[in-house]
Amino acid sequence: MDLMEYQAKELFAKHGVATTIGVVVETAEEAKAAAEKIGGVTVIKAQVKAGGRGKAGGVKLAKTPDEAFQYATDILNLTIKDLPVNRVLVTPATPPEAEYYFSFLLDRSNRQYLCIASVEGGVEIEEVAKTNPDAVKKIAIDPGQGVDAAKAREIATEAGFPEPVFEQAVTMIEKLYTVFVEEDATLVEVNPLARLAGDKLEALDGKVSLDENASEVRHPDHEAFEIREEADPLEAKAKDLGLNYVKLDGQVGIIGNGAGLVMSTLDVVAYAGEKHGGVKPANFLDIGGGANAQVMANGLDVILNDEQVKSVFVNVFGGITACDEVANGIKGALELLGDKATKPLVVRLDGNAVEAGRAILDELNHPLVTQVDTMDGAADKAAELANV
Amino acid sequence: MSIYLNKDSKIIVQGITGGMGAKHTALMLDSGATIVGGVNARKAGTTVTHKDAQGADVELPVFGTVEEAMKETGANVSVLFVPPAFTKAAAIEAIDAEMPLIVVITEGVPVQDTAEVWSYLQGKSTRMIGPNCPGIITPGESLAGITPHTIAGKGPVGLVSKSGTLTYQMMYELRDFGFSTAIGIGGDPIVGTTHIDALQAFEEDPETKVIVMIGEIGGDAEERAADYIKANITKPVVGYVAGFTAPEGKTMGHAGAIVSGSAGTAAAKQEALEAVGVKVGKTPSATAARAREILEKL
Repeated sequence: MDLMEYQAKELFAKHGVATTIGVVVETAEEAKAAAEKIGGVTVIKAQVKAGGRGKAGGVKLAKTPDEAFQYATDILNLTIKDLPVNRVLVTPATPPEAEYYFSFLLDRSNRQYLCIASVEGGVEIEEVAKTNPDAVKKIAIDPGQGVDAAKAREIATEAGFPEPVFEQAVTMIEKLYTVFVEEDATLVEVNPLARLAGDKLEALDGKVSLDENASEVRHPDHEAFEIREEADPLEAKAKDLGLNYVKLDGQVGIIGNGAGLVMSTLDVVAYAGEKHGGVKPANFLDIGGGANAQVMANGLDVILNDEQVKSVFVNVFGGITACDEVANGIKGALELLGDKATKPLVVRLDGNAVEAGRAILDELNHPLVTQVDTMDGAADKAAELANV
Repeated sequence: MSIYLNKDSKIIVQGITGGMGAKHTALMLDSGATIVGGVNARKAGTTVTHKDAQGADVELPVFGTVEEAMKETGANVSVLFVPPAFTKAAAIEAIDAEMPLIVVITEGVPVQDTAEVWSYLQGKSTRMIGPNCPGIITPGESLAGITPHTIAGKGPVGLVSKSGTLTYQMMYELRDFGFSTAIGIGGDPIVGTTHIDALQAFEEDPETKVIVMIGEIGGDAEERAADYIKANITKPVVGYVAGFTAPEGKTMGHAGAIVSGSAGTAAAKQEALEAVGVKVGKTPSATAARAREILEKL
C-alpha cells in the first residue's frame, strides 16, 4: 500500500524523524484557515498517490491566506495521473539551502535491502542518476544485520553528507531505518531531504510503501491509512466480501482461480477481443482455491454490478478444488442471484473431476450459461458475447 | 532422475496438525510420497493417522522440534504449512536443524521476514523453495507441496513457474508427455529458489529434455533468467509470461525505477527471453504447442 505524503510524514514523526507535517485539509476554506494559523508564506500541496505533483501544478507557494484559498481551490480541482485531488497539505514554506535524496527499499533482485543516497540534488534524482551516476550512492543492507549507529555513520560518510549536518544525517538515517523495519515498509523515501536555514536537516517530502502481508499479520493500525471513499466502489465492495478484485476498463468480466491463471486469462481475453470489436477484460478477480457457491455468488455479484460488463468468463482449473464443487458453486450462485443474474456466462472447467463438473452445468441447462472446453475457445466466446 | 526431490525423499510437515497441513499431508501420502512425521511443539508425542496410496492406515508421529523429527525419522525434506506470523521462526528452526530442503507453502508471509530468512540461510546447507508456492512434484516419486499429483505423470519436461494454477494448467496441457519435476517457486518478491536455480538443476538432470519456464510481470527474475540461459543452458527452453494486459503497477517512487532498470513488464520479459532463443508462447496453450513441437522431435 502506497501512502500519501502526510501519512508518510505521520510515520516519520512517530519514529522521531525530523519533519513538519503541516495541516491536511479537504476544502479551500480550511486551507485558508490553516495558512492563517501557520502564518507567513505557506506551501499548498496536493495529496495524491502519484509522483510529478509539482509538474502537474499540484504544489504552490502561497504568500497570504487569500492566496492559500485560491491555490487550494485550483489544486482541489486538479486530476493528477487520473487521480482526483481530494485533499491538500498546508505547510510552512521553508526554502531549503540544499536538497538531498535518501531512501531505504526492498531490493528484490538481490534479496536484501538497499539504501540509496545522494547529496547532489533531491527532486531531480532521476536526472542525476542518468547524468552523474557516481553521485548516487547505493549501499546494500543485509536484512540480518540491519542498520545500527555504526552502519548509519558508514552510510552518511559514503553518501558524503557535509560536516554541518553530518551528525543529524546519522541520526536521521537510523530513524528512517526504524520506520522501514518497524512499519514493515518496502520503500521509505525522503525527497527532498532538505538542509534548511541554520543547518537544520528535515524531511520535506516523504513516500512510504507498506507491505500488505505484514500489515495484515502485525500492523492493525495500518488500516487507518486506507481512504475508503477514494477506492473504486466495486473494489470497495469486493474488499468487504474478501475478494481479490481489481477493476479495469473493459467489457468481459473475469472470474478465475489463482493469480497467475487469472492474469493469463486477462491476456487471452484481450487477444480474443481483437477479433471482436476490441472488447477488453473488465476486471481481475481471483477467487482462490475454495470456489464454493457463496464465493462464486459474491464474485458474480460484484462483476454483474459493473455496468460496463457485457459478458462474464469463468475460467477455473481444478487443482485441489474439484470441478464438480466449482460447478455447484456456479449453480448455487445463479440461484442466490436469481433475477440479478442478467448477463451471459461462459464457463471453462478443466482438471480435477472435470466430467462431473461439466455434467452438472449441462443438467442445469441455464439459458445464460455456455460451456466451452478450452481456455482459448472460451475467451473467444466471451469476447464475442461482449461485442454488442 | 529429477531435481531436488525423488523417491528417497523423506518428508516431514511443519504444521501437520493444522487444517491445511492435515489436508495436504493426506494428499501427499495419496500421491505415494514418503511422509515420516510432523512437527508441532504443543502436540509433541501424539500421532496423526492418514491413509497411504494403497488405502492402508499410516500413523505419523508428531515431534516437538524439527531437530528431533530429523533424528528420529531421517527426514530430509520439510514442508511448511505454518501461519504467516510464525513462518519465519519455523523456517529458521528447520535451517538450524540443517534440513536439506524446506518447502514453504504459506501465503502472506511479510516480505521482511522472508528477507531475514534468506539472509540467515546464507552459508548454510538448506535449500528453500517458496514462500507462497505450490511446492514441488516429481511425478511417480514424491510430492512436497499442494500440486495435484493426478494431473500428469513422469516424463521429459522440466517445469518451473512462479504461479501455482499456471503450473497445473501447463502440466495438464502437456500431460501426455509428462514431467521430470515440476516446481512452483512462488510469486513473492523474495523467494528461496529462483528460475535460475531450477534452470541450472534441469540442465544437469539427464532425464529432463525440455524446460518450460513460466513467469509473470514484476521484478526482473525473467530477464536475469534470460541472461543465464544464454550463458549456461544447452537444452531447449520454452517460455510463457503472464500479465501482458495487466494494469501498470503503482508508482513506487523514484527508487524502484532506479534499482530495477527495467519496467518489469510482460513485453520486456518476452523480449529478453526471445533474444536468447527461448520460444515464448502468447498463451498457455500456444506455449504448450511450442513445447510439443520440440518434444515430438525427440
